[in-house]
Amino acid sequence: MALVLTEEQQLLRDTATQFFQERLPIANLRKLRDTKDATGFDRAIWKEMSDLGFAGIMISEKYGGTDFGPVGLGLVLEQAGRTLAASPLVSTVLLCGSAVQLAGNATQRQDILSAIAAGDRIMALALEEGPHHNPTRIATRAEASGQAFRISGKKTFVLDGHVADQLIVAARTSGNENDRAGITLFLVDPKSEGVKITRTLMVDSRNAADISFDNVSVPATAVLGSVDGGIDVLEQVLDIARIGISAEMLGLVQEVFDTTLAYLKERKQFGKVIGSFQALQHRMAVLFAEIELCRSVVLDALSALEARRNDVPLIASLAKARLSDTATLMTNEGLQMHGGMGMTDQFDVGLFMKRARVATASFGDGNFHRDRYASLEGY
Amino acid sequence: MEALEKFRQETRAWLGENCPPSMRTPMTSEDETVWGGRNAKYANPEAKLWLDRMAERGWTAPTWPKAYGGGGLSKEENQVLQQEMRRIKARPPLSSFGIWMLGPALLEFANEEQKKEHLPRIVRGEIRWCQGYSEPGAGSDLAGLQTKCEDKGDHYLVNGQKIWTSYADKADWIFCLVRTDPTKKHDGISFLLFDMATPGVEARPISMISGASPFCETFFTDVKVPKGNLVGELNKGWTIAKRLLQHEREMISGMGLGGAGSGAGLGGLEQAAKDYYGEQNGRVASPSLRDHITRQKMDGKAFALTMQRSAEEAKAGQGPGAASSIFKYYGTELNKRRFELLLEIMGTKGLGWEGEGFTGDEITVTRSWLRSKGNSIEGGTSEVQLNVVSKRVLSLPD
Repeated sequence: MALVLTEEQQLLRDTATQFFQERLPIANLRKLRDTKDATGFDRAIWKEMSDLGFAGIMISEKYGGTDFGPVGLGLVLEQAGRTLAASPLVSTVLLCGSAVQLAGNATQRQDILSAIAAGDRIMALALEEGPHHNPTRIATRAEASGQAFRISGKKTFVLDGHVADQLIVAARTSGNENDRAGITLFLVDPKSEGVKITRTLMVDSRNAADISFDNVSVPATAVLGSVDGGIDVLEQVLDIARIGISAEMLGLVQEVFDTTLAYLKERKQFGKVIGSFQALQHRMAVLFAEIELCRSVVLDALSALEARRNDVPLIASLAKARLSDTATLMTNEGLQMHGGMGMTDQFDVGLFMKRARVATASFGDGNFHRDRYASLEGY
Repeated sequence: MEALEKFRQETRAWLGENCPPSMRTPMTSEDETVWGGRNAKYANPEAKLWLDRMAERGWTAPTWPKAYGGGGLSKEENQVLQQEMRRIKARPPLSSFGIWMLGPALLEFANEEQKKEHLPRIVRGEIRWCQGYSEPGAGSDLAGLQTKCEDKGDHYLVNGQKIWTSYADKADWIFCLVRTDPTKKHDGISFLLFDMATPGVEARPISMISGASPFCETFFTDVKVPKGNLVGELNKGWTIAKRLLQHEREMISGMGLGGAGSGAGLGGLEQAAKDYYGEQNGRVASPSLRDHITRQKMDGKAFALTMQRSAEEAKAGQGPGAASSIFKYYGTELNKRRFELLLEIMGTKGLGWEGEGFTGDEITVTRSWLRSKGNSIEGGTSEVQLNVVSKRVLSLPD
């Protein structure tokens, strides 16, 4: 029994639904965009989310978390996806919180996990170096010098990178670009000398940054996990993020489907509602089927994480590929079926399309994950 | 729980003793399928033995009441039985439209006399049934059927034609939709049973693109049917017909998940691709083909998870969710895509018809590819299924 929600989970979903609709509706994203907000999300509301336990949802009670687990987090993310809620859930909770949970020593866990759960710390993972997700293509170097490391290199598409209180940087301590071995994770203070952060304005009005490191000195205690062994942690963390973003995209596609369906029942042409035309009905029925499959896949992926099943990498790639492709399809179809109004900024469907594309590019699109799936399956 | 475990032990022991060795091997051709009936043919005498032993316990229809020859098992016990049969790779003792489709409808709609007459004979595989639904002028619009059934006082008189009647030339009896009121559409249809040996019944096999002829045109000329053979009320047959269609659709939608003729003989899509196309560094040599295979496998997995979710929801008392309305459409389209892909993988080896130069598995895939085209037509076309989703699930207007 893993594909049906428990009562406790349904309750959490209802809380999340209400929260995002009341506190972070789409109007909130529009406001952040139109006022060119420097943070890119609402810090006060992030504090509210933390008080509700969303920030500490994967963190054990020992560090002030709620320990609801991956299924709980997925339910929250799905609801966040329905209102395009901007928050540091992905950067801070999915990526960095998980990395510290998995690889951190006692001191690091105590310090960081409690701060995340309390909503007091924003974190960002500096990983990507090119326009396509590739967790092993790391040219950024960290040279050991005495008791310290010196990091040099350039990172891009660092989610919430411009507001992070602390960074996790993936750098190469040995080997060549594209080697799996030789990658090390470092905790870096963004205010360190030699760190240059440039906010990049993305099409989805969310946050990302380009960050360059010029001979940035970090102490040996800044290493997260083992030297040269970062890829194992990274892959687990990335799978959590992939599944989490898939859950967010599930909410996104469901919302676009629901609003498109409502529009088809209201918009009239040729003297009847356009939803009476079979050409549109069949497209909606096909999309309905695609989304039903998406829901099963996301639920299974979340429960795979929760049960620590050994097929997590496989199901993570299945979920991210399917949700990425369906999000693209649904937002394209949704816009088309809204006709000219879909092209206007006044209607929300365009905002969903933009977010869908950025979510798709985050941590591997369909192409990346089909290739990975095939490799994992041995063909 | 304890009782169920005891049942498992007993079942395992009984199957161990009673399932003949040759019935624990995969079927090598469709000819080995046991359909029963008056003219039943058994390629292997042990198949007959297996059928008789299972029928004796009512385990050809495990969940039907014992009073009608069934096994009287609970859902849970039946699950155990199916698990234990799979464990020893036991073949199904009997394939039967009587069990899959007619039986459940009779249990729900027939009178006591009819149940007593027909159900035990279905369980024992004595009577082979066929389904008289479609007509030349009534395909997707099934309720437009015109086969005429007149009340002649002491009997009914049936005149008309059915088409796509599966195995009508081999069946002993037919369950048939007939028009008893020409002034109404859905409310003028009745559900009638009769013997295919009755004078005036003629079945002619239709040659299909796959080379097989499992379907027939069936003609009725002044066929006299006893009045006791009407199931349910006069003119209320459409209700029964719809229920039966549900059973049929469920049966067909499982096809996308593999099974007979799905290319299993070639070791699955990826192995077939390595064999027929070649590999480089352990990968299928063509990146494009590799990607197509992955899309197919991912969709297959997503579909299987959806069927599982639906079953779990039903078990949790949430009723048959909206997801189940897509099964027939998605499962059959998936199955068709799978065969297209297999054919692409096999290249010219997937284009043989018969004789030298091709293995039996290859010919089976080619013939099954042709057969698969019918999946999205029979039992309600994909387009009809999409109409159903649009109207019933999405409430889109006419």
